[in-house]
Amino acid sequence: MIELHNITKRFGSQTVLNSLNLRFEAGSVTAVLGPNGSGKTTLMKTILGLVRPDSGEIVLCGETVIRGGNKAKNDDADYRKSIGYMPQIARFQENITARELLAMVRDIREEATNEHVLLRQDELCTMFALAPHLDKPLKTLSGGTRQKVSAVIALMFEPQILMLDEPTAGLDPVSASTLKDLIFQEREAGKTVLLTSHILSEVQELAGTIVFLLEGNCIFQGQSAELLASTGERTLERAIARLLQGSPLERTT
Amino acid sequence: MNTVIKLTRYGIVSSARSLWVMGYAAFFLLASEGLMRFGGDSAKAVASLLNVVLLLIPLVSIVIGTMTVYNNRDYTELLLSQPIRRKHLFVGQYLGFALPLCAAYLFGVGVPLVARLAQASEQTGVVVMLLATGTALTLIFTALAFVVATRFDDRAFGLGAALLLWLTAAALYDGLMLAVIWQFREYPLEMPVLAMSIFNPIDLARTLVMLKFDVAALMGYTGAVFEKFFGTAFGMTVAASALLFWLGAPFFAGLRMFARKDF
Repeated sequence: MIELHNITKRFGSQTVLNSLNLRFEAGSVTAVLGPNGSGKTTLMKTILGLVRPDSGEIVLCGETVIRGGNKAKNDDADYRKSIGYMPQIARFQENITARELLAMVRDIREEATNEHVLLRQDELCTMFALAPHLDKPLKTLSGGTRQKVSAVIALMFEPQILMLDEPTAGLDPVSASTLKDLIFQEREAGKTVLLTSHILSEVQELAGTIVFLLEGNCIFQGQSAELLASTGERTLERAIARLLQGSPLERTT
Repeated sequence: MNTVIKLTRYGIVSSARSLWVMGYAAFFLLASEGLMRFGGDSAKAVASLLNVVLLLIPLVSIVIGTMTVYNNRDYTELLLSQPIRRKHLFVGQYLGFALPLCAAYLFGVGVPLVARLAQASEQTGVVVMLLATGTALTLIFTALAFVVATRFDDRAFGLGAALLLWLTAAALYDGLMLAVIWQFREYPLEMPVLAMSIFNPIDLARTLVMLKFDVAALMGYTGAVFEKFFGTAFGMTVAASALLFWLGAPFFAGLRMFARKDF
């Protein structure tokens, strides 16, 4: 479970995250939605420690892992063992192979010889049909294939938390479907899953909970059924459109 | 520490596969061998080589270093999303880039020079100083590259800043020194010039190598003052401290910036 308490982040004069109070439960898939530049990626990067918050704190399973402001706490790296992250664009060191990259990440995480991780890695590579590409330099792989390598890195350590930034963008339909099945499996296993996506049909399929950000403010957090009911719309796409048009909706944060 | 060693090792493996590191070593090998073979007496050849080293090492270290940090930005984000401390990642990436560059220089320049030491053992001091200062310049300008690329997110701006830093250290600073000398030519300037030379790592390296040459005595009164200063224990302590400052200051500045940066 992840809790955000009053998280604020400014880049210069622009407030990218404005005093956010959010809670992501275990065993649920939460979609973080919002137009471009609304703060979705910054939110994920803040939880990961890639972006330093100006104030507020982030609590993971009851433990404060990041704190902004005067009593800043931001050099804790161990908590990231429990997070699997798939960035929006998968770019790696270009002159190594996918197999070497996977081995390197395992080595850095002190899991180089963990049989369980190795088996999971092989299983995921088979599921994403990566075997023919494992020994090619990463610079020769297509964007979609790199995205699959990124998915393997995020999933192979079986972390308690998954953060997927537009995970299916660039994936072919078969791989996208495989990834969605994996996300369902992770949810059933009690994991906390956060994802961003602009494909609302996919969000409707995957996510039980929605967080809607607009210019760094959370204007909705709740069940997707709740959003549909409160806007009186049938599809998520129309409900979001209503939200953006300023439909009267009680602010939850 | 274990993570730093691992990251350094991966950086070295990656650099070793890059053609440009091999090209860099091959260039120094050809330049050193060519100058030693065709450049007349060995002191003259080493002096010519010194000029190449003082110009090229800072330029290559800072430009390729800056570009490498920018090119690895997404890869750095991937590593930072793993359980790795920022400081460990910075040190690992810095050493992983700087050490292969130092090795390429030491191989390219060291092999032809050391092979000839048997015939000209009186040049040992010069050769050792040339190899040491070249290595120090590599480490210093790589650290400056990491500072620039960490400080500026805009790639074009960062590359411009890197080139400006190199131009300042390699040429503009000397121009400034000349202007000062010209302006105050009526006054005894040996000590102020000596002090100024310490504040620029390229000048400091040049002075340290030049003073190992016998020709230093021919540089007149100024050469004598420099030799007298750097010849004493105090002078060498000052020079070593200045070099240590230059090795440490950009590195720790980069480390501090990296630890606070938003990715």
